[in-house]
Amino acid sequence: MTEFSTWDILCNLLLATRWTILLSLATFLFGGIVGLILLFMRTGKRRALRRFAWDYVELFQGTPLLMQLFIVFFGLSLVGLNVPPWLAAGLALTLWTSAFLSEIWRGCVEAIAKGQWEASSSLGMGYFQQMRWVVLPQAFKIAIPPTVGFSVQIVKGTAVTSIIGFVELSKAGTIVTNATFQPFVVYGFVALIYFALCFPLSMSSQFLERKLNVAHRNH
Amino acid sequence: MNYTFDFSSIGSYLPVLFNGILVTIELIAVGATFGVALGIFCAWARALGPIWLKPIVAGYVELIRNTPFLIQLFFIFFGLPSIGIQLTEMQGAMLTMVINLGAYSCEIVRAGIQATTKGQFEAGWSLGMTRFETFRYVVLIPSLQRIWPALSSQIVLVMLGSAVVSQIAAEDLSFAANFIQSRNFRAFEIYFLATAIYLALAITLRQLLRGLGWWLFPRKATR
Repeated sequence: MTEFSTWDILCNLLLATRWTILLSLATFLFGGIVGLILLFMRTGKRRALRRFAWDYVELFQGTPLLMQLFIVFFGLSLVGLNVPPWLAAGLALTLWTSAFLSEIWRGCVEAIAKGQWEASSSLGMGYFQQMRWVVLPQAFKIAIPPTVGFSVQIVKGTAVTSIIGFVELSKAGTIVTNATFQPFVVYGFVALIYFALCFPLSMSSQFLERKLNVAHRNH
Repeated sequence: MNYTFDFSSIGSYLPVLFNGILVTIELIAVGATFGVALGIFCAWARALGPIWLKPIVAGYVELIRNTPFLIQLFFIFFGLPSIGIQLTEMQGAMLTMVINLGAYSCEIVRAGIQATTKGQFEAGWSLGMTRFETFRYVVLIPSLQRIWPALSSQIVLVMLGSAVVSQIAAEDLSFAANFIQSRNFRAFEIYFLATAIYLALAITLRQLLRGLGWWLFPRKATR
């Protein structure tokens, strides 16, 4: 039997970490885009679209990420598509992320004083102009700390994708454990690597919150 | 798409599904009770506790909040036996949920405690209350009232997160779904049903917690 040194374990785990990082980045990007669309639907004037966005958020915030993964994974194969785990993982995480981000951003948009909407509409601006030139630039500042904070949830969320067979840090941890029979060491390292990824994000979120502190400035 | 949905094939597995629902409810009941209790203790320790305890609690909170629940679960269930701590699946799942929720609720409760102004402590003491009484009546109960909505949604999130305990073979709802789909190969149907049940559980739990909030804090919060 081959012996594994601690260094071997760490190397293998670090190699798998890049997939965790890549998946997190892709999820953040695409989830952000879908989240922005949902935000426009939710804060817009069309009743049906508002309702749709509300139901969407309720559905994705009210069900486990694991179940969403399974449904995407098995649902897409029903339609006849052969989905590789990375695609199912990315798609499910994107849907899940967009629900949370749109809800966070909605709070930021609603934090903008009503007078701003009234002032811009009295200048004859339409909804998209109001959003583009008046509301979003102000909401953006409020949105940064909670958005960075949520990115921690995304990185942690990618761990669940190991269950449908996407080989990222968690899955690598399981594989390495099965080869080395040292779960204490391996999962300890896995936890530390996640910590190393997430802790700076948490810290910067708190730092930004203190630095920008815009939410309480104009009241 | 020429696939016929067949929900009837789940019929004979209803007892398995029902058992899974009960286990999920049991997990969140135990997890929420002890998790929030641990959270309150940690919040006390971080805000008002002895100086040596503060860094320990801070380390625990940051470590848990910055690692995935799944890894915590694996570490506790697969890792701890190698240093001599053997747990059953249910114990492992419950312990992880308590530890996880403990860290999150610590931060939430602490936010509430820190919103209490110094004058209120002094007012409590000047009325002849002991430190413990002051903490309980002046600090903790109004804080809990203030942060109750945030705490409720965290409890719901932990309930949803508990779906991954099926990975250590704790027989919760998602375990039941996996079991049934491995028997009748109707993966989409069963996961669809399980997701709907989780949604119903989440909505019910939210309403229950809201009701509990009204019952526990009958007076209006002073903001």
